[in-house]
Amino acid sequence: MSGGTASPQPFAPTAGLLARRRRERLARGVFLAMTVLMILPLAGILGYLVVRAWPSLSWSFLVEAPARGMREGGIWPALVGTIDLVVISLAVAAPIGVLAAIYLNEYARDNWVHRVVNLAVITLAGVPSIVHALFGLGAFVYAARLGYSILSASLTLALMTLPVIIASTREALASVPRSFREACWNVGATRWQTIRAVVLPNSIGGILTGIILQVSRAAGETAPIMFTGAVFYKAVRGGTLLPYRLDEQCMALSMHLYTLATQVPNVRPSIPYATAVVLLAVVLLVNAAAITLRLRVRTRPKW
Amino acid sequence: MGLLIRLCGISAILFVMGILLFIVREAAPVVVSGRVSLVQFLTRPEWFPTSEVHRRYGALAMIAGTFSVTGLAMLMAVPFGLGAALYLSEFCPPRPKEVLKIVMELLAAIPSVVWGFIGLTVLSRIIVTLTGAPVGVNMLNGALVLALMSVPIIVSIAEDALKAVPDSYREAALALGATRWQVTWRVLLPAARHGLLAAVLLGVGRGVGETMAVLMTTGHAVQMPRSVLDSVRTLTANIAAELGEAPAGSDHYRVLFLTGVLLMVITLAINVTADLIVRGVKRS
Repeated sequence: MSGGTASPQPFAPTAGLLARRRRERLARGVFLAMTVLMILPLAGILGYLVVRAWPSLSWSFLVEAPARGMREGGIWPALVGTIDLVVISLAVAAPIGVLAAIYLNEYARDNWVHRVVNLAVITLAGVPSIVHALFGLGAFVYAARLGYSILSASLTLALMTLPVIIASTREALASVPRSFREACWNVGATRWQTIRAVVLPNSIGGILTGIILQVSRAAGETAPIMFTGAVFYKAVRGGTLLPYRLDEQCMALSMHLYTLATQVPNVRPSIPYATAVVLLAVVLLVNAAAITLRLRVRTRPKW
Repeated sequence: MGLLIRLCGISAILFVMGILLFIVREAAPVVVSGRVSLVQFLTRPEWFPTSEVHRRYGALAMIAGTFSVTGLAMLMAVPFGLGAALYLSEFCPPRPKEVLKIVMELLAAIPSVVWGFIGLTVLSRIIVTLTGAPVGVNMLNGALVLALMSVPIIVSIAEDALKAVPDSYREAALALGATRWQVTWRVLLPAARHGLLAAVLLGVGRGVGETMAVLMTTGHAVQMPRSVLDSVRTLTANIAAELGEAPAGSDHYRVLFLTGVLLMVITLAINVTADLIVRGVKRS
């Protein structure tokens, strides 16, 4: 290594090693910078949104209806609409998704049906949201005669969240060791009894995490509900808890933000920012809850 | 119960078939009747869907819009995404790593309409100031937003791919006296290349399919893009902008469904390829 001259310290770093160490520090620094460069400006942007939104952020902004052609007032109808859409879509997608995952993980043998279902789940997960909107419009609004309604919009959202729920539930089920199931079968339990008594209780945390993550996704989506059930404006008194019927159109937070940002002139400037901040807060809080739940599930004793 | 589970199990197939059949069925009449030719749809840039005398349904400008915005976004997102994934998986100490991964997950959760709003209000102003462009909503803005949106996906999948490289590879290289950077460059990148490619492809898939953010940030002019400061329209944004005005059953409505079929074909090809690559990696 060190040429002809014998070094007094045999393990002293040579010039080549030092250069390599420098290169290593450089690489580390560059990659760190790339990571930080993505996160810092975004933190700045989010902070900016909050600052611009500040004049409008108040309790009354949440519980009041929009006033004067949406130029002033609050966001109550949109907030309730979003809650309705999320609850109904997940009430449809969660049971189907969980059962489908149970089928894939517990019942299906590794044959062609299994592979086709897998392919279908992947395909479904990759469908662009605007194509879901096309399908929802053609299938639910026109063909099923549900009209432009909360029901049509929720079903469209349900279809969008379904593949992700299937995938996350499968992962949760797969984390339960096979020996648990075998022990249960050996005492004479049927497949379904085993699933109910052993598999589900041991994976419920993971399953719930996956479903909660879809709450935030459904709350944030705009394209699928734009043409199936969300409207620009609907007169609703502030503070009413269940203002919409299922066959009515509703307002939604995401749609409301789009409308305020692009369609309504002369809005009080802080209102679109405040709407964006509320939507972001809802989504990020729900996600944080899901992440916390997942961390708790993970820190439980391992088998 | 078993029957119900089985039924739900195959429901994914039914839904995919349903979506495909439905949008094809809604789009088909306009092609079958010959009122719009597929070749024209794919190769002509003239899009005048509501003109009385001069009606044209050419989607080429939008196809070019979709791919130019996505391509520009990937030019920015891929180096940053892979760089961040390498940092997280090879250089980062474990505690900051947990935090950064959670931050990435939260970034991925930001709704596309909020991204669109950020592009419309914050980025457009920055772009106008820095470049002197007359309007800030253009290809560059859309690409920036798309890049920010797809980075978390690229990071998380690329990190999985790097994690899948057996530790024995790293140990062998380190035992030969390689530095971490040499391990990364000479061992990890070649070993994980399929997974990294899949990560990039899924980022592309997200870019092509993204609707609200590009609708709000690309400026909406139907034209063949010439520079990054040109206003463009993408396939997705076009559907979102015009579906509300197209009467059900009209040619315009059906051509928008045809656009949906085209989008479906593109994203399907991308996602299935990515999945095949990932699966191939798992098997080997």
